[in-house]
Amino acid sequence: MTTLSIDHVSRWFGNVVAVNDITMTIGPGVTGLLGPNGAGKSTLINMMGGFLAPSTGTVTLDGQQVWRNEKIYQHIGIVPEREAMYDFLTGREFVVANAELHGLGAKAAQKALATVEMEYAQDRKIATYSKGMRQRVKMASALVHDPSLLLLDEPFNGMDPRQRMQLMDLLRRMGDEGRTVLFSSHILEEVEQLAWHIEVVVAGRHAASGDFRKIRRLMTDRPHRYLVRSSDDRALAAALIADPSTSGIEVDLTEGALRVQAVDFGRFTALLPRVARDHGIRLLTVSPSDESLESVFSYLVAA
Amino acid sequence: MYDPTVARLTYRALLGRRRALILGALPLLLIAISVVVRGLAGADDQTAADLLGGLALATMVPIIGVIAGTGAIGPEIDDGSVVYLLSKPVKRPTIIFTKLIVAIAVTMVFSAVPTLIAGFILNGNSQQIAVAYTVAALVASIAYAALFLLLGTVSRHAVVFGLVYALVWEALFGSLVSGARTLSVQQWSLAVAHRVGNGELVTSDVGLPTATVLLVVVTVLATWYAGQKLRSLTLAGEE
Repeated sequence: MTTLSIDHVSRWFGNVVAVNDITMTIGPGVTGLLGPNGAGKSTLINMMGGFLAPSTGTVTLDGQQVWRNEKIYQHIGIVPEREAMYDFLTGREFVVANAELHGLGAKAAQKALATVEMEYAQDRKIATYSKGMRQRVKMASALVHDPSLLLLDEPFNGMDPRQRMQLMDLLRRMGDEGRTVLFSSHILEEVEQLAWHIEVVVAGRHAASGDFRKIRRLMTDRPHRYLVRSSDDRALAAALIADPSTSGIEVDLTEGALRVQAVDFGRFTALLPRVARDHGIRLLTVSPSDESLESVFSYLVAA
Repeated sequence: MYDPTVARLTYRALLGRRRALILGALPLLLIAISVVVRGLAGADDQTAADLLGGLALATMVPIIGVIAGTGAIGPEIDDGSVVYLLSKPVKRPTIIFTKLIVAIAVTMVFSAVPTLIAGFILNGNSQQIAVAYTVAALVASIAYAALFLLLGTVSRHAVVFGLVYALVWEALFGSLVSGARTLSVQQWSLAVAHRVGNGELVTSDVGLPTATVLLVVVTVLATWYAGQKLRSLTLAGEE
């Protein structure tokens, strides 16, 4: 059982606060660290990995301090976001070097390369690898010592769908084996497909934590805004506002459209086409106007 | 203290194609100049001492030291690949010490060896001039490697600072301001070389005891401090 504890951790750079008083506990299984770009996810992962000192607060792994404690790396595997990795070596040489630094040999390296299915290209120079291949070799280097905690910073960036699925399968397997796996992502769907548990970080703050379904519901139940154009905007507006799923409608004359605010997402999406059909109104445009991740997140912060 | 894996990675990074070309160019230039000088002026002890002192020891050794010392760690910190060394249960001072050994070895091979060859070409080691300057280059290699390894650990602009130190402080300032010479790796190494050479062609402004103490202190302190800096090295995020 490996538990990573982040206790009232803040980190600032000059007068910019990157991480603001975050407390969370990461236990066995797969945890997704979700947040928009620039939310402080990398700063947080760097502190979890012992590459950045918290300005205040502590990061501990099963009670042991992570910062300035190189022994801790016997238990941690790290897959950094940055691309740079001894490009002049072959994949095999790179993983063997990583194994040796853990006091292990070529056998452990070979096993790790097999786990990520990179044996076929292990004797090519890393410089010739695609993004997905690099990611897998990085993964092999992190797995070589069989760590109980795996930290991955944006591991799916730049991967094609097939590579993404392979990596997800691998991480799922790691989680099933009882390892503590934490990965960061700014893409909701990735986290949804993989994580058992999620931690949401927005603007350096801990915005939400818990079971994915709960947070997803919170996200779908928030007020949604739509831009609707139809053959008869005013008649449609009158019909929609009669239903409790709609909380407000504005007739936007300059746009020539309706701005609708719906409170019950499921009900509204069923209501709109039915109402239009019943009243003989033709829908020309229905587009969500605030589906950006940032707006979803900012709603979560307020919730 | 010495980790063969760290050493292997450092050697391969240092002797990669582009850097090896730069490392090889200066020694070749020195040897080429020596051949020309010998051909034109014949064997002359004063000329040999001037060339080995002015070009080899004052210019080539520090430049090779900058390339090898900063190159042993700077690029890894710059591009972030040092994370693969730091995320291992390997003591930080071990990493620094190993990189220092590699940087010293590379600096010696690319500066002391060509100095010896050039010396023999210039005057056939008459008055032990070739050997004396080679010893100076060997001694200086150690101190330069330690200093520039530290610089590579603490600064992103290590090469620039290193070259400024090597060329402005050691070469220019040192020849104009006598006080600066006391604080010059070149002068310390010359003090050691003076003991080796016969005659008065290899001289130093610093006495041997002072030079020895300063060489040891600078090397040890720089290495220790680099290890400390690496222990709390911060890898900035992408954000």
